[in-house]
Amino acid sequence: MKLKLGAGLLLVIALVVLIGPMFAAFDAETIHWDDMAVAPDAVYWMGTDVMGRDLFIRTLQGGRVSLMVGLLATMVSVFIGVSYGMLAGYMGASTDAIMMRTVDVLYALPFLFLVILLMAFFGQQLWLLFAAIGGYLWLDMARIVRGQTMALKAQEFVEAAHAIGQQKRAILVKHILPNLRGVVIVYATLTVPQVIMIESFLSFLGLGVQEPMTSWGALVNEGADNMDLAPWSLWFPALFLCLTLVGFNSVGDGLRDRWDPSMQKSK
Amino acid sequence: MMRLLVTRLLWGIPVLWLILTLTFFLLRAAPGGPFDQERELSPELTALIAEKYQLDQPLLAQYSSYLTATIQGDLGPSFQYSDYSVNQLIALGLPVSLKLGLYALCLALVLGVLLGMVAALYANKWPDLVAMLLAVIGISTPNFVIAPLLIVALAVNLGWLPVGGWSGGQWHYMVLPVLTLSLPYVAAIARLVRAGLLEVLNQPYIRTARAKGLSSFGVVFKHALRPALMPVVSYLGPAAVGLLTGSVVIEQIFGIPGLGRYFVQGALNRDYTLVLGVVLVIGLMMLLFNLLVDVLYRWLDPRVGRATNNRALS
Repeated sequence: MKLKLGAGLLLVIALVVLIGPMFAAFDAETIHWDDMAVAPDAVYWMGTDVMGRDLFIRTLQGGRVSLMVGLLATMVSVFIGVSYGMLAGYMGASTDAIMMRTVDVLYALPFLFLVILLMAFFGQQLWLLFAAIGGYLWLDMARIVRGQTMALKAQEFVEAAHAIGQQKRAILVKHILPNLRGVVIVYATLTVPQVIMIESFLSFLGLGVQEPMTSWGALVNEGADNMDLAPWSLWFPALFLCLTLVGFNSVGDGLRDRWDPSMQKSK
Repeated sequence: MMRLLVTRLLWGIPVLWLILTLTFFLLRAAPGGPFDQERELSPELTALIAEKYQLDQPLLAQYSSYLTATIQGDLGPSFQYSDYSVNQLIALGLPVSLKLGLYALCLALVLGVLLGMVAALYANKWPDLVAMLLAVIGISTPNFVIAPLLIVALAVNLGWLPVGGWSGGQWHYMVLPVLTLSLPYVAAIARLVRAGLLEVLNQPYIRTARAKGLSSFGVVFKHALRPALMPVVSYLGPAAVGLLTGSVVIEQIFGIPGLGRYFVQGALNRDYTLVLGVVLVIGLMMLLFNLLVDVLYRWLDPRVGRATNNRALS
């Protein structure tokens, strides 16, 4: 039930964010000088902000940015995490020990603080944003994939592939990778909300997405600043942000209950 | 146990060195300097300032002298707060952040365990559904969304609590920041406790306790809670890290003079020494706290120490 509700919620949000802007009457950057901080009405469906910009289109476009950063950074983290974890788990022995020690050390770094620094110094670039977030969030994925790879490696079909003389790379790509699919999808789904949360956290601090582009985090920041004049400029971006996170978390939890063998017991 | 302590503390040294080195060169690679201002300074003045803060020396010389000073416990003068040393600023900010974080952690533990217990005892009935719905919302709502909402409701409209500030840590200034900081962790802990309790409650010794006539709450308090809390204990490490980072935003929103605010201000003003000092202190706190959690875990479940070699299998 959790899975279906979450997926439905995400579908609705995705549709609204993708198709909604086609119905927008205004541009995201046009300033309506006579209509500053107007409450939601028939003209401005979500009201306008204190600068007189239409919040409907801004919220939806901010959503596009937030979702895009979420998906791209997740892809970065999946790519690094899966290759790293697979390699460590398959090679075993001292390679594994060194690689996993490295992960332990990286875990001990105050990473988010380094990301904040990175964005404060070299900010204003969108690619850096998701590279930094993706480069920070791969550690969990690497650990999980490594464990799973070690379990798979001990199974007969991998041994058989080894026995008929297949190359290591072929075994990894053809036999191990397809069997990691479930775990990877589950944890990728749970990574997306983390990314979106971090992106909005950075944007809230003014270090993430920069004007004229916007994201839910940046909008929440503006909304919180102008809460006394235009509270709706906080409500709508906050609502979309939270619903999206609820959606991804529910889908991730639901998938994990269903697929992850280590979670079966606790059900 | 001694061996664990010693190895972990020794491990901490390269970790701290890595943090210091990474941050040092990241700071120096960044465009802009600490004394860039809107009005251009005369070349003589710039040279004087650079000499005072040793910015005129080659980068590696600066690095090694910073490293030596840091090992001796001297984090240098702050660039931005010219009358203060970084040690003094940290001595001002750290207690504030620690107080905020510890109170939030305690609140999260108390509320989270209670909520999780209620949910587990009424599993799949309405109190469980309500508790878990609250938990999902709590996990999915960033604290910078919760904060303005609580400020509007409790401080602006009802006027019960101050909007922000710290004023030496009087309790009514702490209520809102602590509450906001702890809510996501209340939710996460509630879910862990629920899952842990449900697993433990199926065990035969619980059935025995129940058969002997203990009430549901009695069973939970006397027999089930301690094993069910193990996942919570291992969650404390990540939670503490999250609280430290979360407090960056909270301190910003509520205008609290803690470490997080010094960090953001320092980063924006290129205050090299201040940023380095704060990052080092936070790295150190993370190491110590994780060590504490590991020790606690072993003490609660002595099987763990002996089973470390099996961890590779799980």
